[in-house]
Amino acid sequence: MADVKFSKEHEWITIDGDTGTVGITPYAQEQLGDVVYVELPETGKEFDKDAEVAVVESVKAASEIYTPVAGEIVAANGDLEDNPGTINSDPLAAGWIFKIKLSDPSQLDGLLDEAAYNDYIGDLD
Amino acid sequence: MRYLPLTGDNRRTMLDSIGVAAVEDLFVDVPKAALLKEAIDLPAHQGELEVEKAFRKMAAKNLNPTDAPCFLGAGAYRHHVPATVDALIQRGEYLTSYTPYQPEISQGTLQYLFEFQTQVALLTGMKVANASLYDGATAAAEAVMMAARVTKRNKAVLCGGLHPHYRETTETMAGFLGLEIDAAAPAPLGDDDLLDRIDEDTACLVVQNPGFFGHVRDLTPLAEACHAKGALLVAVVTEIVSLGALNAPGAMGADIVAAEGQSLGNALSFGGPTVGLFAVRNKHIRQMPGRLCGETTDATGRRGYVLTLSTREQHIRREKATSNICTNSGLCALAFTIHLTLLGEEGFRRLARLNHAKAIELAGKLSDVSGIKVLNETFFNEFTVDLGQAAAPVVEALAGKGILGGIPVSRLHPGQPDLENLLLVAATETNGADDMDALCQALREVL
Amino acid sequence: MDRPKTETLSGNQGLRIEEPLIFEQDAPGRCGVDLPETDLADNRLGGVERQDPVGLPGLSEPQVVRHFTRLSQKNYGIDSGFYPLGSCTMKHNPRLNEKMARLQGLGDLHPLQPESTVQGALEMIDTLAHWLKELTGMPAVAMSPAAGAHGELCGIMAIRAALEDRGDPRSRVLVPESAHGTNPATAAACGYSIDSIPADDRGRVDLEAFKSMLGDDVAAIMLTNPNTCGLFENDIIEIADAVHDAGAFFYCDGANFNAIVGRVRPGDLGVDCMHLNLHKTFSTPHGGGGPGSGPTVLSEPLAPFAPLPFVVHGKNGFHLVETIDDPIGGSAKSFGRMKGFHGQMGMFIRSLAYILSHGADGLRQVSGDAVLNANYLLAELSDDLTASFPGPCMHEALFDDRFLKGTGVSTLDFAKAMIDEGFHPMTMYFPLVVSGALLMEPTETESKDALDQYIAVVKGLAAKAKSGNDGPFHEAPVLTPRQRLDETAAARNPVLRWTPPVEEAAE
Repeated sequence: MADVKFSKEHEWITIDGDTGTVGITPYAQEQLGDVVYVELPETGKEFDKDAEVAVVESVKAASEIYTPVAGEIVAANGDLEDNPGTINSDPLAAGWIFKIKLSDPSQLDGLLDEAAYNDYIGDLD
Repeated sequence: MRYLPLTGDNRRTMLDSIGVAAVEDLFVDVPKAALLKEAIDLPAHQGELEVEKAFRKMAAKNLNPTDAPCFLGAGAYRHHVPATVDALIQRGEYLTSYTPYQPEISQGTLQYLFEFQTQVALLTGMKVANASLYDGATAAAEAVMMAARVTKRNKAVLCGGLHPHYRETTETMAGFLGLEIDAAAPAPLGDDDLLDRIDEDTACLVVQNPGFFGHVRDLTPLAEACHAKGALLVAVVTEIVSLGALNAPGAMGADIVAAEGQSLGNALSFGGPTVGLFAVRNKHIRQMPGRLCGETTDATGRRGYVLTLSTREQHIRREKATSNICTNSGLCALAFTIHLTLLGEEGFRRLARLNHAKAIELAGKLSDVSGIKVLNETFFNEFTVDLGQAAAPVVEALAGKGILGGIPVSRLHPGQPDLENLLLVAATETNGADDMDALCQALREVL
Repeated sequence: MDRPKTETLSGNQGLRIEEPLIFEQDAPGRCGVDLPETDLADNRLGGVERQDPVGLPGLSEPQVVRHFTRLSQKNYGIDSGFYPLGSCTMKHNPRLNEKMARLQGLGDLHPLQPESTVQGALEMIDTLAHWLKELTGMPAVAMSPAAGAHGELCGIMAIRAALEDRGDPRSRVLVPESAHGTNPATAAACGYSIDSIPADDRGRVDLEAFKSMLGDDVAAIMLTNPNTCGLFENDIIEIADAVHDAGAFFYCDGANFNAIVGRVRPGDLGVDCMHLNLHKTFSTPHGGGGPGSGPTVLSEPLAPFAPLPFVVHGKNGFHLVETIDDPIGGSAKSFGRMKGFHGQMGMFIRSLAYILSHGADGLRQVSGDAVLNANYLLAELSDDLTASFPGPCMHEALFDDRFLKGTGVSTLDFAKAMIDEGFHPMTMYFPLVVSGALLMEPTETESKDALDQYIAVVKGLAAKAKSGNDGPFHEAPVLTPRQRLDETAAARNPVLRWTPPVEEAAE
């Protein structure tokens, strides 16, 4: 997964053309526990980098999801409404949360690569 | 002191274990100047007998509505509560338990909350009810705030028949959140025109049914008008017994029901504590305020209950919670549920019919008193009469004769000369013909 | 996982009796009350008569009594045993209070009776108000808030009203990270943004960090004292001074007033307003989650903004001020009404019965014994558990999960194991400022014997956890009416009401 980037808020993003797909990392889903509900962003809405766009809830916690890049929401993963547990079982693929059309691809440069992210969460424990 | 188990010996032993000489040494973190050297200057402890005497003395200064002919309503109603209700809610396992955060040892509370939620949903014709709020007025305010969240709009229209306490409570809450309130003028004839007030900025229309002045209305056209503009209809019910006779708000298109549940199971208690009821359609569950109880299974597969969807609430969501509410009205909700279980379908419907019949009987008798005009074409168990003279002094005069004859509208709608002669009168199953005759006789003397 | 060891035909386990929902005990036509049938030929319902049955089940009175008795037996109450639930003050609830609340002439009063017929009721409210003002050293008290969180709302609304009155509304409220969730939720409900104040390594407000956060946009600080770590904020006067110097107000969360009642008056600490949870300090029953009552004391600058209604002394006795322009005692500055009618009268009566029973001397003994009991737990358990902060503590003792490190046992497991031992668990995972918090509040109404039993069990369980025998902890409790419940399933697929087993035509 060479083209995956990570944020310190534990989101991942992959890029396809000018569109990024965003989800939360395996570390984040493990910290959160069984996900019971996902509040998805509306498509068509535009957000600044680091804006709160979604909420992922477990029984005892609600975790805001911040977009690691600015842009317009072009898709949200509606499957999560019926199967929020997908975030636990497959956080990096089927558990994606939203797709965003990047308004400033240079913002990707500020994110962590996989090795740097692994170092980062290693320090958290 | 009868509530304190520690003996002097105990205290000395415990201080030794802790390693300090005196209890005062445990208060070292308190700034010295703020530490009181001795007890404040108020009376010392008393035995049960003395305390009971003090209360009986205060109680004796009041005119108690149990013995007096009483026709007071306006959001608080005298009903007969079966003896079973009070006996059961005083069981220590209900009375002295905390919020059921430990479900393994709280199944009693959780199961009755599940039953309560179901009963409230059935009564109101809604999909889901929460586990109660403080009272009807705060429930109405919460409904307006919820409507604003759901619609992302900023304005609430209040009908002229909304109980003034509900209106004022809503205005207070809304004021601090920057929501706009458009309150229609009091409508003693129940004829306020609300349709023109609903527009594209309206989050909700709040309509009380039966209204403060007693009128019954069909909510269906109002619901249709709201929905046409993308607004929600909030139905307020201050007399829950009315739903035994009237169509459920949910059946008439309401999106949120905010109600007062005092009439079932709960004493008047000078207006509190009571129990706020709050019910919604399915799609709005996650925007609801207050606790919710849900069904699940335990580790051995047996059915059980837990508090659920807690991420809406303040203890998890903090400043992003749907409401700041924590405590609800647990024990009042239990009283409500026990009373309604005793009544069942048969009893509840009969109770409602009986209340309506009593009110019809009273309206008939009052119409025969010269100078009195009943304003209502429609009502459930409460209606408005025009006395032809200021109502407040009349009520005082009736009280002087030991009769609680009604509530002057001016007490709740002060400073409005056109309402000064109006009196709100309620009748329930507790009012016999002798009570009604006593009221009419006294009115003939006073008017 | 195993079912209980002894299988029975009924599924019952001796005194633990399985009880179906009321809706599953329905027999149409059965009724638990006797009411006359009414012939309603000419109704006045305007064509809005109920069209469909409500769907309520029919049960007789004996069935109802048995149902709710059986359900009650699945609950743990203070009456059942030791309930050391930190920050909740689960003290004994005297039955005298219940009896007084039901007296004819008090419990049956209608809230809108003419004032002349409720002088005793207004006297009762006024008497309680007087005690609360004296105990807190504050000049005014708003009696109407319905619960603690409602009292918080009252306080922050009064603050906002006072600030707006001086043309300086401000925008931020500072709340320590250890605070109850109601604090930030309340400030948000009053339109404020919230900034979190960090704790220092002594479990108290980080004074320097706090001062650096102050500014002319800060409306208030909301500080719990004693705080949620069970510690007295010993810099409190400096905090109050700094708040006032910044032109802000000091909201004190009075949830933990039981620790200081009769010994320390918040008015002497620079507090501007504080709610009192009558169901904590003043022993009104928690009732499985309410009703509460949250009278809120106010300083001189905030008093004019108090909510309606309130009781004043008039010429002809007590007077209830219900409008801002009331000629006797109305305040044009009042921020308005917070609930229906006048407050939680039933809770006032119970509290006053408790207060009169204790008297000024007894209340002082209350805080002394509550603090003594908590420090006894802290001292006796510190060798076996890990205390988060050194003592003395106030009314509750805070431990964290360091003593469980490497055992495989979590705070949750440990607390659940307490249930099988016959105790209500301590508060878990709160406050948030320590890892895996275990917060124990014994209150003054526990005997030394009860504490010693509890201490022995906690020590024993700690030893068991450390011995590597973690298996049973993960399953606990197993001796309860239900074992651990699946909260994830409950939240993923919410079932919030009963529905008939065979769905009839859908809506």
